Amino acid sequence: MLLLALDTSGATVTAALHDGTSVIAERAVTNARRHAELLAPAIAAVLDDAGRDRTEITDIVVGVGPGPFTGLRVGVVTARVLGAALGVPVHGVCSLDGIAEDVSGTGDFLVATDARRREVYWAAYHRDADGAPPERRDGPHVSRPAEVPVAGRPVTGRGATLYPDDLGPAGEPFDVRAGALAALAARSLAGSGTAPTPVTLCSSEPMYLRRPDATPPGARKRVLT
Amino acid sequence: MTDAPLVLGIESSCDETGVGVVRGSTLLADAVASSVDEHARFGGVIPEVASRAHLEAMVPTIERACATAGVRLTDVDALAVTSGPGLAGALTVGVAAAKALALALGVPLYGVNHLAAHVAVDILEHGPLPEPSVALLASGGHSSLLFVTDVTADVRPLGQTIDDAAGEAFDKIARLLGLPFPGGPHVDRVAVDGDPAAVAFPRGLTARHDLERHRYDFSFSGLKTAVARWVERAEADGRTIPVADVAASFQEAVVDVLTRKAVAACVEHGAGHLLIGGGVAANSRLRALAEQRCLAAGIRLRVPRPGLCTDNGAMVAALGAQLVARGRPPSALDLVVDSSLPVTTVRVG
Ligand SMILES: Nc1ncnc2c1ncn2[C@@H]1O[C@H](COP(=O)(O)OP(=O)(O)OP(=O)(O)O)[C@@H](O)[C@H]1O
Repeated sequence: MLLLALDTSGATVTAALHDGTSVIAERAVTNARRHAELLAPAIAAVLDDAGRDRTEITDIVVGVGPGPFTGLRVGVVTARVLGAALGVPVHGVCSLDGIAEDVSGTGDFLVATDARRREVYWAAYHRDADGAPPERRDGPHVSRPAEVPVAGRPVTGRGATLYPDDLGPAGEPFDVRAGALAALAARSLAGSGTAPTPVTLCSSEPMYLRRPDATPPGARKRVLT
Repeated sequence: MTDAPLVLGIESSCDETGVGVVRGSTLLADAVASSVDEHARFGGVIPEVASRAHLEAMVPTIERACATAGVRLTDVDALAVTSGPGLAGALTVGVAAAKALALALGVPLYGVNHLAAHVAVDILEHGPLPEPSVALLASGGHSSLLFVTDVTADVRPLGQTIDDAAGEAFDKIARLLGLPFPGGPHVDRVAVDGDPAAVAFPRGLTARHDLERHRYDFSFSGLKTAVARWVERAEADGRTIPVADVAASFQEAVVDVLTRKAVAACVEHGAGHLLIGGGVAANSRLRALAEQRCLAAGIRLRVPRPGLCTDNGAMVAALGAQLVARGRPPSALDLVVDSSLPVTTVRVG
């Protein structure tokens, strides 16, 4: 197995390779406005770092958000086109699940990321025991920070850093790592999920959570006054 | 021609997802998926709606183009993609897709200028482009006169619209007249039964003093206001609007200025050929008047068939094939999207 994972749902463009046992190469570049520019070079770099050829890739895993739309689509279209051109399956993973994968400790916690427009994307997780995969119990949603039902649970991710009054103090990690998505997907593909509901892979459909801004035009403007 | 390079081109600058396949200057496939119906109720293209549609259409359109061309993706020798100008979010989908293909196939990628591609597409239909030529591009987003000495390297702007694009004017007037979006084809259709001389609408930037500063520039916003004013007055007077006459008179004003300035540009720059492209090139009156005026001035007119005038992937592939043929270097994998890419940049380095 050679799994290529990528994510462009946040400010970080990240790519990783996983050989079925562990992550063998990983790159991350943070630049919120340059996803389309940075992703392909990052993929080329992880292949190079691991000394593997693109034709060896067996699966593609992509973070499907939620996240700002333009950046998010870069990862999704890249994954779909690579999948079609290489003839390999494409699996989607909720990007917040990738962050949750990296959260240590047990019990309940939230992941919140920047949704811009003074809102956050968030989901609630529970981890039974150390080493067990986290289980998503609510979300993903998009909400105003003050409307997230924190209920004393710790919050990780950029959303907590941005809105400390409502969600802080922010716990680590802040960003999704492609390596975490890869590990999660490798486990799921191997069918060895031990959690009550193992994190599920989904289609590569982006989790937009918001409709496009568009309003049908009103009555014609008059030019005669 | 079977050993000419096989080039796949991707276009996503506005509301059309286009994938074209050419071998040298032979067109093999031109697959287009349009989101125009999704924008119709908004009376204009909504960028986020277009971007979402590009994402959904990208892989199916690539596959359809390959199937039509009878080639496999692994046969492709080079890729080309529109990297600007256009809607940033929409362009991003195409550029990311093209880079993924370049990575997967291990072939060179050329990021190209949308306007230069509108010029290059005619090579597929009418053969090598005589150089120099003048090109008139008129679409929903652009109205430009270009002086082309080498479509792969030297395209110079002579003039452009200083406000609305010609197609945009057609769309706005169509809305005023209660015709559906996009309005160009509908104005064209109803104008057939109208009198182009019924109303003397203004010809933008044609007065003597305008010709000094804006010799080859266009302006359609004053015309749009003049038509709106005329219609509102007629309504206020309780008259029924003579839709066909208004459409024909408006259309005449647009194509009169477009063709007059295009022919003048040819004559003044010693270009023996005029090429017309962009969605408005589908306009029947524009074609007829351009033919008549070119004939009178001894200029050869080239207009690709309507399907190649509107946005498509074949035009991008056509320009890519020219870049390959002339040995131009490909773009790097960190190629950027530039929503306001100047026409002088044919190929993004
Ligand atoms: N027969 C016609 N007469 C006049 N205008 C037309 C006709 N057919 C199409 N158009 C106009 O052409 C425009 C569409 O052009 P095109 O398909 O090149 O897309 P575009 O997105 O505007 O292109 P670009 O990205 O190059 O600006 C619309 O404004 C439409 O009304």
